[in-house]
Amino acid sequence: MNRKTKNRLEVLAIYFIIGIVAVLIFYPLVWTVGMSFNQGTSLYSSTLIPENFSLEHYRWLFSEDSDYLLWYKNSMIVSVANAIGSVVLTSLVAYAFSRYKFVGRKNGLYVFLLLQMFPVMMAMVALYIFLNMLGLLDTLTGLILIYLGGQIPFNAWLVKGYFDTIPRELDEAARIDGAGHLRVFWSVMLPLAKPILAVVALFNFMAPLFDFLLPTIVLSSEENYTLAVGLYNFINDQFANNFTRFAAGSMLIAVPIAAVYLFLQRYLISGLASGGTKG
Amino acid sequence: MATPAKKKSDENIEQKNTSKRKRKQKQHNPNVAMVLSILFAGLGQLYNRRFLKGSIFIIIETAFLIVFLESINYGLWGLRTLGTIQGTDHSIRLLVLGVLSLIVTIIVITLYVFNVIDARKQAKKIQNGWKPMNLRDSLSAFYDYAFPYIMTFPGLLLMIFVVIFPLLFSVLLAFTNYDLYNSPPRNLVDWVGFDNFTNLITVPIWQDTFLSVFSWTIVWTVVATTLQIALGIFLAVLVNDERVKFKKLIRTILILPWAVPAFVTILVFSAMFNDDFGAINRDIIVPMFGGDGIAWLSDPMYSRIAIVLIQTWLGFPFIFALITGVLQSISKDWYEAADIDGASRFQKFRNITFPHVMFATAPLMIMQYASNFNNFNVIYLFNEGGPPVRGQNAGGTDILISWVYKLTFDTNNYSMAAVISIIMGLIVSGFAFYQFRRTRSFKEEGEI
Repeated sequence: MNRKTKNRLEVLAIYFIIGIVAVLIFYPLVWTVGMSFNQGTSLYSSTLIPENFSLEHYRWLFSEDSDYLLWYKNSMIVSVANAIGSVVLTSLVAYAFSRYKFVGRKNGLYVFLLLQMFPVMMAMVALYIFLNMLGLLDTLTGLILIYLGGQIPFNAWLVKGYFDTIPRELDEAARIDGAGHLRVFWSVMLPLAKPILAVVALFNFMAPLFDFLLPTIVLSSEENYTLAVGLYNFINDQFANNFTRFAAGSMLIAVPIAAVYLFLQRYLISGLASGGTKG
Repeated sequence: MATPAKKKSDENIEQKNTSKRKRKQKQHNPNVAMVLSILFAGLGQLYNRRFLKGSIFIIIETAFLIVFLESINYGLWGLRTLGTIQGTDHSIRLLVLGVLSLIVTIIVITLYVFNVIDARKQAKKIQNGWKPMNLRDSLSAFYDYAFPYIMTFPGLLLMIFVVIFPLLFSVLLAFTNYDLYNSPPRNLVDWVGFDNFTNLITVPIWQDTFLSVFSWTIVWTVVATTLQIALGIFLAVLVNDERVKFKKLIRTILILPWAVPAFVTILVFSAMFNDDFGAINRDIIVPMFGGDGIAWLSDPMYSRIAIVLIQTWLGFPFIFALITGVLQSISKDWYEAADIDGASRFQKFRNITFPHVMFATAPLMIMQYASNFNNFNVIYLFNEGGPPVRGQNAGGTDILISWVYKLTFDTNNYSMAAVISIIMGLIVSGFAFYQFRRTRSFKEEGEI
């Protein structure tokens, strides 16, 4: 076998492996799409390429009978509030940790990161009673507050890592020109940290969208459900195992999210890598 | 022009003044300031003539005494006793109140200690001849000093209630007998010390379940994570080959599983793996191999295989994307040098690519292991930790975290769930602590 055929065979093998992986990736995804266009509700009759192509599930989602649009709205409220709130809170915390000396600076963030590794199931019992005492049970506000508190350690660590890479000469120069603490934060740090702040905002926009555990515990009335809870109930409901409807409802949220991820994945990765390794 | 005599008298007066001030300074006793502020927060500051600061402390303490003292006293009583009257006292609510009171008490004690130290420091400064600044300067000095605290305060407050408080609550639960039979409001919950921990080790059903779940958790974490990392690196190196065309398209396809929400894909997979009418049995296994298909959901062994496969599918794209980024930053010179030395492809990977990749991404890889250890979603959404296994109260694919979930929300065995949570938390955070310290010391070395 000469060098050229060997070379060609190798390339062929590479493409072959990639091809197999691609099939494995597309198989469940295509299946989901196909299912959402199938008639009826059961898995028995659904096929990869629908025999009876129908939009009935999509039509149903937007009809009067379903709360789908309401859930969509709730999810958007939670995600947007979480994205904005997390950027504000974590950038404040990260600024203090990156530029100032104070009690707890050295280990504070690490202590919280370690504490967060304890499983959250039991915490939910406590949070449930606590929210109940505050009257925030079954409200989106209560849910948002828990998300906001929980995301701080990791994201503050990420943003602090990024802030640390911004040269101190810049804020010292601004201080000599008479800028105060907040001025430096607002006019020097924030504009330079835009990439990582965008990553934090995106992470915190996405994270609540498909979290179903906490919302199932906090939210009890159907008009307060977020998308994940509502969709999960489509298939978890003992009397109405409605998989095709679930597939249709998931498509409408998964497709835009996937598009955003694919579009921004390079920034997500570089943000994680830069903040994460320098923190 | 002043006469020499007048000059002398001026000096005299000045000397007198300074000695008077010196005596006053000497008289200013830090111990008095300390004792005063121990008696009541803020008094020491008044003695130091820091009137604004002193009155703020006094207001805080008075407010605390008036508003909180009673409820905190009640909360701490509840924490100690967990209620005494059956049917009236709600033990768990008392426990929550108790933990909250404990947190407030700790904050107040911290403030109090700070007040005492502050009073003493200031008094010492005055003794050594420090002249108080005017109001404006001292306010701005205070602002400088307090700025980092003001910035972290909102975050800290939220974290106290969302991270610290639930953690304290669940740690305390582990030392109670809170379960389905001892649950308020009908019954009272009691402190039982380390009984739950001993039960976990000595009572056969707990012991068996714990051991089997624990060992499966370790196997799951190691196998699933290693597989997803290996596949990610393998594909990244493969696609990075310069002979491969359409790189951008291929990379986009390979990242798809990461982009589609895992919540959706896991549920779809669980339908596809369904024993009776799932697509995998119906369309692939039965037509190709005949028989009735594989019992993916009801046989523990096959369920475990299916779950590991699903997690690999879900997890490799992130590693793939990460490694692809790292690969592009490795200088070509390394490989050219290796080519000249006649290195084989495997040698090049082992000695150039792999060290580079690991150097850049080790912390993130470690985090992959930690997150799979706690990967509740895959286990629970696939088949709720099932199938059931005889002689133990956890399912065949249950890892520790999904077992804790079942103990909490299905069988309401809160105290045992808390015990297992503590064990898990110690394992993961110990592991992470070790890792943080290693990367940190490593980094600090690098900086010098």
